[in-house]
Amino acid sequence: MTDTATVKLPEQLVVINVGLELFADTLREQQQAVTHVQWEPPAQGDAELLDMLDALL
Amino acid sequence: MPVRVMVRPREYHDSVRLMQLSERVRRESGVDEAILMMATENNKKILRASGVLTSEASAARADDLVVAVVAATEAQAEAAMTLATEQLAQRAASAGVRHAPRTLDSALAAAPESNLALISVPGLYAAREARRALEQGLHVLLFSDNVSLADELALKRLASSKGLLLMGPDCGTSILDGVALGFANSVARGPVGIVGASGTGIQEISVLLDRMGLGISHAIGTGGRDLKEAIGGITMLQGLQVLAADSATQLIVLTSKPPAASVARTVLEAAAWVGKPVLVNFLGADQLPAAQGSLHYAASLEETALTAGALLSASKQLPLLNPAAIAQLAGQLAGRLQRQQRYIRALYAGGTLCYEALLHLRSELDQVYANVADSEESRYDGQGRRPGHILLDMGDDAYTLNRAHPMIDPTLRMQRILQEAADPEVAVLVLDLVLGFGAHVDPASLLVETLRQARAEAQRGDRYLAVIATICGTDADSQGLSRQADILRQADVLVVNSNAEAARLAVAVIKSATATGG
Repeated sequence: MTDTATVKLPEQLVVINVGLELFADTLREQQQAVTHVQWEPPAQGDAELLDMLDALL
Repeated sequence: MPVRVMVRPREYHDSVRLMQLSERVRRESGVDEAILMMATENNKKILRASGVLTSEASAARADDLVVAVVAATEAQAEAAMTLATEQLAQRAASAGVRHAPRTLDSALAAAPESNLALISVPGLYAAREARRALEQGLHVLLFSDNVSLADELALKRLASSKGLLLMGPDCGTSILDGVALGFANSVARGPVGIVGASGTGIQEISVLLDRMGLGISHAIGTGGRDLKEAIGGITMLQGLQVLAADSATQLIVLTSKPPAASVARTVLEAAAWVGKPVLVNFLGADQLPAAQGSLHYAASLEETALTAGALLSASKQLPLLNPAAIAQLAGQLAGRLQRQQRYIRALYAGGTLCYEALLHLRSELDQVYANVADSEESRYDGQGRRPGHILLDMGDDAYTLNRAHPMIDPTLRMQRILQEAADPEVAVLVLDLVLGFGAHVDPASLLVETLRQARAEAQRGDRYLAVIATICGTDADSQGLSRQADILRQADVLVVNSNAEAARLAVAVIKSATATGG
């Protein structure tokens, strides 16, 4: 079963964009607040290393 | 053929940005080839095949950027490289930040009032990012695909328990409070709320409503698998709840392909209790129930818009062609075809638009094949020549492995158009243009360039090529619906007023052509 809490949409959308710059562009075109994360594959893309890092966090 | 290659060390740009820049440099400087790529092993193969893998590029690391141009003159090459450099520098400038945050956590530290994360990282990393965002109390729009079903369920359960939306995975479109997220059109604000498992389904319905003077309150994307049994419609149910409680929403539209039976039951039960009219568009459902109480049904995207218009007394009609007008137009086009031209080739950027067209063609014609067909015998993956009517969703995974979606990078579709034009049995091309945020800056002009070549090819065989286009867009989109339509019409493209109309007209042309035996 899924626990559900009521969804409340924010009054004012403030976005963090993680990934394609294209999407940050489209938000800026709309004068929308957006923080773009310059995301790059972590740990040289090593999945096992990633898991280890996660366990540490 | 002057070749210039530059390696910019430790400079990362995402693949879509690089494709956009490549295309722009090519277009604006007129060079034969402009390639911007990260120097991964895979990309080095592509660079080698293009004759631009210099020893410097070969020695580059996967996190180095390679910029290569092949020009007709030194001056042109120089100009192209300058343009590329300027464009690459612009990104940092426009961001207004010298050092953009590199993680979600640091972004949140810099902007603690953030309330939504739009995530489009490769699938392998996407679930982690989404989980982190949800744990931090952010809603999530998850554009990434290649996220496992198990991860999707876990993420949606987490979201649900915290009263957050996880829109996705594989969700490219949402509109929240008038703000377009991902690929979406500029549509008016108004009383219709949409919850949809399909991006271009949401887009088409929203632009048709806009054309009728009806606006959108919110459009909530659920991701393509939300209505599978394993997921149970978690996000669609949340969307229903949000729109039920939203005072601006008077009519709720649910759009997707038919859900798993158990999920359909749950969703419809919830919809019946919402206390507002709910219009259900399960595209391709075998049988439509009769309208009952507050529940209404529509078979196609177009019918969804028309039904919503009727329920809300829309101020404007969709300027659709009546059957007589279709027959007349079809007759005119059919009259220009040769006897052996008997097939439709529909090449789509919008997956759901392709599917809507497939449903119509299948109901009216034999020998209909598609890469998105439900049945094995109707499936055609696009490889090799195949007689018959063919529909291709060019945004399907098979086509987008190493290329951006056709809404961003039209190259593969343009190539396919030329291929179809050379086929003497092809009578009609059907194409969709998707406008709006995230889409190409001027898809009509690009298309017209390719059609010129395509028509020349057909001319060599004394053939006329009928071309029908549907434009998913509005005049408020930056590309401008009317402007794009004019460009196409001037190139002898028949521009219709809905995707369903494009399918109807294409079928009518074939029927007219085969009836007269000409």
